[in-house]
Amino acid sequence: MSARLDQPILSVQGLTTALARSHATVLEDISFTIAPGEVVGVVGESGSGKSMLALSLMGLLPSAVRRTAGRIVLDGDELTSGSADHWRETRGRDLAMIFQEPMTALNPVMRVGHQVVEVLRRRRGFSGYEARKEALNLLRLVEIPSPEKRISAYPYELSGGMRQRVMIAIALAADPKVLIADEPTTALDVTVQAQILDLLRKLRRERGLSLLFITHDLGVIAEIADRVMVLYAGRMAEIAPVRRIFDTPQHPYTQALLASIPDMKGPRGRLVTIDGAVPAIGSMLEACRFSPRCPYRHEICERERPPLGLVSGDQAAACFRPFGYERPIEAVS
Amino acid sequence: MSVAVLKTEQATRSPTIIALTRLLQSRSFLIGAALVLAIALVALLADVISPYDPLRNSFRTRLRPPDAMFWFGTDHFGRDILSRVIHGARISLIIGLMTALLTGIAGTIIGATAGFFPVFDNPIMRLMDALMAFPAIVLAIAVASVLGASVVNVIIALSIATMPHTARIVRASVLVVREREFIEAARALGASELRVLCRHVLPNAFGPLIVRLTYVFATAILAEAALSFIGVGPPPPAPSFGSIIAQGRDFITEAPWITIFPGLAIIVSVLGLNLLGDGLRDVLDPRMRT
Repeated sequence: MSARLDQPILSVQGLTTALARSHATVLEDISFTIAPGEVVGVVGESGSGKSMLALSLMGLLPSAVRRTAGRIVLDGDELTSGSADHWRETRGRDLAMIFQEPMTALNPVMRVGHQVVEVLRRRRGFSGYEARKEALNLLRLVEIPSPEKRISAYPYELSGGMRQRVMIAIALAADPKVLIADEPTTALDVTVQAQILDLLRKLRRERGLSLLFITHDLGVIAEIADRVMVLYAGRMAEIAPVRRIFDTPQHPYTQALLASIPDMKGPRGRLVTIDGAVPAIGSMLEACRFSPRCPYRHEICERERPPLGLVSGDQAAACFRPFGYERPIEAVS
Repeated sequence: MSVAVLKTEQATRSPTIIALTRLLQSRSFLIGAALVLAIALVALLADVISPYDPLRNSFRTRLRPPDAMFWFGTDHFGRDILSRVIHGARISLIIGLMTALLTGIAGTIIGATAGFFPVFDNPIMRLMDALMAFPAIVLAIAVASVLGASVVNVIIALSIATMPHTARIVRASVLVVREREFIEAARALGASELRVLCRHVLPNAFGPLIVRLTYVFATAILAEAALSFIGVGPPPPAPSFGSIIAQGRDFITEAPWITIFPGLAIIVSVLGLNLLGDGLRDVLDPRMRT
């Protein structure tokens, strides 16, 4: 609310997390911003640190993982310098999250309406009657048919798509400044997936919702994101507006990801894959982590960590190749 | 089409109601419930239905075998065994119920703390292991003889003896529920740890505890009899199943009815509770669920 248009609602600087025991880094030097009403997509394959990023932002890292550096500022409020209690207060009010598995992310012994009402009462101080009315409005907003009936249903009585809508209603009950969606459509059928994406687009249009959308599905990203961050092995590979990611990808990893999308037109050939796999935590290189799988590998790639360099005004990539295998000037985000 | 209709009809059926409907289809639950209900009714209405005062001595009616006047016979003080068994049901059931409640509360607090807060897990559970190393009945005898013989002390002794296993069961189900995604979702909505535990973890972890408590109930009735038999049970003259049997011990050859009838009462109540527990387990045990 207090955010101006030119000012980011969420700003992350140099976020680094590591395993508490071995000190192996999980996320390294993640920096990005989300403007009010903007949808930032995060893509990467399994193990690239997408979910860890979501949990770091929520302040809900598992106890085995520590944040070792970096600042997270939500609408002028630096969460990383405040107390754990302050961060908890922020969750469910300014910051909300929806999860991948709608089948398991709702409390099975609580009526779904009650789960919405509870957030309204506890986090936003609604009275019992107002909360119920607002809960009905929210269920209507997320397009649940006959919400008067569904409000007293238990989660097991709803389908997966319906449950994800309830999850979204619960998250919206908090009226968050930023909503983090961790693969919200992955567990759903393609048609239901499209409906949920439509719904999120509508909410963003009508409510100016800022969204961090995490997925491994580039098709979904193309539909919903304004800007895209590509993660690889816990580092940012590339960040750019969605058009640029698809039209002029700079990082070889982004290019490989795009090449592995099956083409619906043209003759059917073998599916393009990227050889190898994301390195495991603890066995990661200090130099470019994609270099073992990279077709354009150069001698400098195996020696130095490529900084995130500005390729053009709004596109940055952590690769030496666009810069003629020279060290670029580091982009400041 | 019919599926859709079914869905709306069920739209307000809570998990509790579903469990109850399934319970009503379980034969062992129904038989068990009927037996337990019958005994509970007898205990509640003891003053109304018992034919004589269970404490009234009468020299003339000493050691009478069962007949039309004294259906269960009389003991060496001439007291009516039927009336004593009816009133004994009261004390035995109270001991069973209170033990189940107390062990349930203590077991939940201790087990939930151990299961939910990893820091406390090891210290608490090792202590419970140490308690479990004693045979429960020996532990109960020790506690009861230290505290002295009274109904309250028997309840405390039995609660201490049955608590470690109960805490283990609660801890185990808390450990499972703790890792489920809706717990993280609750945290993501800013719920405090205590709230997550009480509102989200515990209600989903109660199934195995309820089953366990029916067995504790049955065990407590049996254990009360054992404690009475060796003289650390509820003190005379108030009757309990165990104390009637204990007093009949010396007359077992000449007047076996003194011990047989309270013994049958124990069998019926324990059998009833165990059948009830089996029925509950079939419905509530997560492994049995689809």
